[in-house]
Amino acid sequence: MQTSMQTYTDAFAAASASGGSAPAWLTGLRRRAHDEFVATGFPTTRNEDWHFTSVTPIAERTFKTPKVGTGAASVTDALALAAGESGWPRAVFVNGRFDSALSALGALGKDIRVATLPDALTEGPDWVANHLGSLAAFDKQAFTAFNTAFVNDGLVVRVPKNVKAPAPLHIIHVADASAAGCVIHPRLLVVVDANAELAIVESFVSTGSAEYLTNAVAEVRIGEGARVHHYKVQRESAEAFHVGTLQAHQSRGSLFHSFSYATGAALSRTNIYTKLAGEGAEARLNGLYLVDGTQHVDHQTFVEHIAPNCSSRELYKGILDGASHGVFNGKVFVDPEAQKTDGKQTNHALLLSPQARVDTKPQLEIFADDVKCTHGATVGRLDAIALFYMKSRGIGADAARALLTYAFAAEVLETVEIDSLKDALEAIAFQRFTNQVQR
Amino acid sequence: MLSISALHANAGDKPILKGISLTVNPGEVHAIMGPNGSGKSTLAQVIAGHPGYEVTGGSITYMNQDLLELDPEERAQQGVFLAFQYPVEIPGVTNAYFLRSAYNEIRKAKGEEEVDPMEFLDLMEKKLKLVDMDPAMLHRSVNAGFSGGEKKRNEILQMAVLEPKLAILDETDSGLDIDALRIVADGVNALKRPDNATIVVTHYQRLLNYIVPDFVHVLAGGKIVKSGGKELALELEQRGYEWVMDAA
Repeated sequence: MQTSMQTYTDAFAAASASGGSAPAWLTGLRRRAHDEFVATGFPTTRNEDWHFTSVTPIAERTFKTPKVGTGAASVTDALALAAGESGWPRAVFVNGRFDSALSALGALGKDIRVATLPDALTEGPDWVANHLGSLAAFDKQAFTAFNTAFVNDGLVVRVPKNVKAPAPLHIIHVADASAAGCVIHPRLLVVVDANAELAIVESFVSTGSAEYLTNAVAEVRIGEGARVHHYKVQRESAEAFHVGTLQAHQSRGSLFHSFSYATGAALSRTNIYTKLAGEGAEARLNGLYLVDGTQHVDHQTFVEHIAPNCSSRELYKGILDGASHGVFNGKVFVDPEAQKTDGKQTNHALLLSPQARVDTKPQLEIFADDVKCTHGATVGRLDAIALFYMKSRGIGADAARALLTYAFAAEVLETVEIDSLKDALEAIAFQRFTNQVQR
Repeated sequence: MLSISALHANAGDKPILKGISLTVNPGEVHAIMGPNGSGKSTLAQVIAGHPGYEVTGGSITYMNQDLLELDPEERAQQGVFLAFQYPVEIPGVTNAYFLRSAYNEIRKAKGEEEVDPMEFLDLMEKKLKLVDMDPAMLHRSVNAGFSGGEKKRNEILQMAVLEPKLAILDETDSGLDIDALRIVADGVNALKRPDNATIVVTHYQRLLNYIVPDFVHVLAGGKIVKSGGKELALELEQRGYEWVMDAA
């Protein structure tokens, strides 16, 4: 572990030496993040937030910085792997680098500004300085610090007030064979001004089976009355590691709707954090994960109720086969000022094999007295009587299992508000159940 | 069509059926009556292949095959249908999808072509009328949030769609008011043909006013203790079950 840290420090020094054009605030941000990363180190299972997820496989490896311009993915690859419509405006990153040839942003209209981080730094350095790193705190957060230390490429999105995006913005992160042994640090900064609306579909896909680390950070600032939908589709390679943190900040009367769909990676951790900072804001956090073999999938949510009269709804479902391991840790914090908070958290897991395992940990910290906060979790298996019922109608055992598994997932897939995306995710899920029951 | 001989079955270690013999021919309606705990529902479920029961002796021959060798789905594909006493709720699967899957599986087993969703909806229109069901029910999850009566009607709808050779109605009358009972019975009667047979499992004689049996069997303590014609049901209604059990 010491050696890998030294390698990252060397890589940081090399990057600092070559990146001469960066403004002082950015080099300072990277330096502080680097120092924090080195001081904190990768978390261990003694850390309460990582109790059920060991990142030893990440810590004991040394991931390289990907070489620029080695990506060989085609747009056909990217679109076939990512669940979305070809007509959507898209920003494609290959091995962490923006690929302008594969991207097509015109359909977003002229009001919405989308730029790579380097371009945004040229066009509006002060604006970027005000926002980049303003939400994703890296104090004691090793992975966020790691990302911030190496922040370079990325996407910056700004939706001015009252503007509604005409189509979802599709951000596709493709890792190809040359990503093997590398760490990729995707970075996303989204600012949606008052009463504006934007849907983002962020897909993480791989064209092969390379072993690499994706360490993504997204910051989403949501203005008064604005609505932001963020769909994360994690279909990394089966050998990959994926850590992704999204931090949202919500003003008065805003909506943040997050859906996390996770089927890929050997080990993945998705953090969805939102701060309800203005009165009457609403957070809807949902997710579905499907894993098998020895996959490990972890979701952590953190909903900070700071202002009164806000609501949060969470529904996460997991389907686990083989000897896979799922983790859900849902934290809800209610500030003394956040009276009339209405929070509900639900987590259900379906185990398809005796070796599959799930750990669930709800954490409610409530410091206001007039609130309604509930949480519920279940872990179950396919209902033998329901299976018999279907078989007694002529439906074969495999089809009955697939249908019941699909039925379990259907409730949370219903929360996907983009029909074509819902259909695509359903198809991926259904194919997976069918494969599972055939084994 | 169906020949049950000296059938013994356990639930766990507990013997429930203790030597049942019964023959059902095409075109016949058999009523199986008996007090609670007599094994009526167990018999129905064993015929359908419920995994919760173990057959420990005897045999069931259906259409010249050993029924006990067949999986529940194979039994269904060959025309066995059980209307459940407690129909199962399946949230997330629509009635239409469920019924079409079942219908197509059964067609496939018969070597017939599968039907597409549009053809299937046309077929459903007639079947829904038979049990006086709102077409909107097709788009609701299977039995989820249905009232007791709706669930039982949904069972008969499934029967109407799947057109079984041997239908077993397990306490289909329980929990039904008189109007629903009539609708269910009319549905069953409309589906009756010279080449199919029905077994009606019931505690009360009431349903048999509408579905008239050719034979009535009284089950008690896991055995058939008395068999007779439809008049036996009326006698049971008047005198209760005790006299039959005492006589046995």
